[in-house]
Amino acid sequence: MYSRAYKTIIAMPPLLWVCLFLLLPYTLMFGHSFWLVRDGGLVHEWNLQNYRALFSNPLYFQVFLRTARIAAAVMLCSLLLGYPLAYYLSFHAGPRKEVLYQLVIVPLWVSYLVRGYAWKTILGSDGVLNGLLQYLRVTREPVSFFLYSPFAVVLMLTHIYTPFVFLPIYAALEHIPRTLVEASQDLGADRRATFLCVILPLSVPGLLAGATFAFVLSLGDFLAPLLVGGPSATMVANIVQSLFGAAYDWPLGAAISVCILLTTVALLFTTERLEKRWSFR
Amino acid sequence: MSDGAISPRPARAPFSTLLEIRGIAKRFGRAEVLKNISLQIAAGEFLTLLGESGSGKTTLLRLIAGFEQPTSGEIWMGQERLDTLPPYKRRVNTVFQNYALFPHLNVRDNVAYGLRVKSTPQTEIGGRVEEALRMVKMSSFANARPSTLSGGQQQRIALARALINRPQLLLLDEPLSALDANLRKQMQSELKALQREIGIAFLFVTHDQEEAMALSDRIALLRNGALEQIASPREIYSRPATAYTAEFIGQTNVLHGEVQNGLVRCGPLQWKIAHAGGSVILSLRPEAIRLVDDALRFPDAVRFRGAIRQQIYSGASELLEIDCGGNLTLRARVPPSGPLTGEREFVFSAAAAIPVNESSAVAPAGKLDQEPA
Repeated sequence: MYSRAYKTIIAMPPLLWVCLFLLLPYTLMFGHSFWLVRDGGLVHEWNLQNYRALFSNPLYFQVFLRTARIAAAVMLCSLLLGYPLAYYLSFHAGPRKEVLYQLVIVPLWVSYLVRGYAWKTILGSDGVLNGLLQYLRVTREPVSFFLYSPFAVVLMLTHIYTPFVFLPIYAALEHIPRTLVEASQDLGADRRATFLCVILPLSVPGLLAGATFAFVLSLGDFLAPLLVGGPSATMVANIVQSLFGAAYDWPLGAAISVCILLTTVALLFTTERLEKRWSFR
Repeated sequence: MSDGAISPRPARAPFSTLLEIRGIAKRFGRAEVLKNISLQIAAGEFLTLLGESGSGKTTLLRLIAGFEQPTSGEIWMGQERLDTLPPYKRRVNTVFQNYALFPHLNVRDNVAYGLRVKSTPQTEIGGRVEEALRMVKMSSFANARPSTLSGGQQQRIALARALINRPQLLLLDEPLSALDANLRKQMQSELKALQREIGIAFLFVTHDQEEAMALSDRIALLRNGALEQIASPREIYSRPATAYTAEFIGQTNVLHGEVQNGLVRCGPLQWKIAHAGGSVILSLRPEAIRLVDDALRFPDAVRFRGAIRQQIYSGASELLEIDCGGNLTLRARVPPSGPLTGEREFVFSAAAAIPVNESSAVAPAGKLDQEPA
């Protein structure tokens, strides 16, 4: 057994880290959300004004709804791309599996910002896509709605988060014993029935984990709307950013952040419960 | 081919053929796993594929189930060619070595799976599931999850699940190998009883020769992907075709003899033999050798003296290792007779030394423990 002193020493650094960089900021944020700004200065006066403003002003609700819609769209798109990809790799790729797996992973090593700017150059009015369309004489004028739209945000975020969706699904599929697939076929189920009755249900934990990744990460994203979104695709995180920056209303920004945090925690808690219910090993 | 109920059956086949394997070969890359296997399975028969690991027995089973494609050859079931069909269209079912129960379904849904995917009417499913569970004595576990069941119980569910489709042929891939010894014996007898009761053919894969002997109507012994011998347990034991068979099925003494003038000579021993001249390989079962004071008389008795080198007591009998001189060591299985030492006189019937084929006589000699791994 280890001595008490040894355990304390070992536990200290992570505990300090958690206190300093997680607990303290969250406490500050939580505290700020109940204060106010008056005459350009922070007033430490406990009140619920920020939350009241949040729930009474339909503008905030609108942005929150849009954010949720974009996050849901990203989740759906990356599931639609990630699941078939993971399924193909796990069950049908054969010897190409390793190479394809690396190809999926490699983009994760490229900076988020670089990928964002890449989409900007692709989608812009004098960008790659418009150039191609005009060259092919599909369009005469540059199409402007590619960039600076919710569509562009969904596209970029889907591109970025698909590997995050792919990975847990792939791991779940790889864990399915192949004899179960054989047993299913042996009992008379064709490929479709085997997929629906055995593979899909057994991959639900991975699917939930992937969907949670995509949704939660998109929910808090502020770079994609900033780079390719434009005003019509402003998301909650952009509001928070401006409140903490130019608008200088930290208390309101903190109140919004607390709401996002609570939503996220509730989501993670729910999916964790669901994942447990769907795991059988 | 199936000869049907009306047409007269040929004398050589006193049963109707259910499944016929014709010249099946299977390669994985450069490895030749099965070499030109041909065999027939009769309706209602319990046929065991016996062999060491790597002998190709599981591969043969998987070819019949449809999980592997043969490199060449054909598999026929009645008038239907099986090897070109996907597994889900074959009217055979498999009991897997690790049971392969669906972890997300309870026992009832596991058993019902085969009926559900074939869109059997819901009203029929309930009754048939109950019947299948009753057959394997697991009715009270219908709502349990597979992970909460013991190995033996999972085995029963796997059996019920495979049998609910009413296949004519059930494939069993080492189904008892994961069970402990006692449970295994019990499941063996239950399996045999069940097979008799429902009357469908079982193709059973095992590496355990005792299990094969206890259960089978016929045993097909595979060796390095080729069929070594196929015969009933009694025949394969008493008339092994090759030295390998003799050594694999039970224990034996493999004797290399020289025949001259109707006499075979093995080290210091010699006896009369009806065999052309030259060398001969003989299989002499340990239990055929007796102590002379057993007061047994054979008309063709071969007597010899030997020094007891080792005595292994196993309850119902003892195994003696006898040094007969002239570099010849024989093993004898005798009734328990207290500690034995020194030189003794032994006897066996010359007819008990069975000539076997040369071709496959490469099994390691002098092994006392014949239990295959």
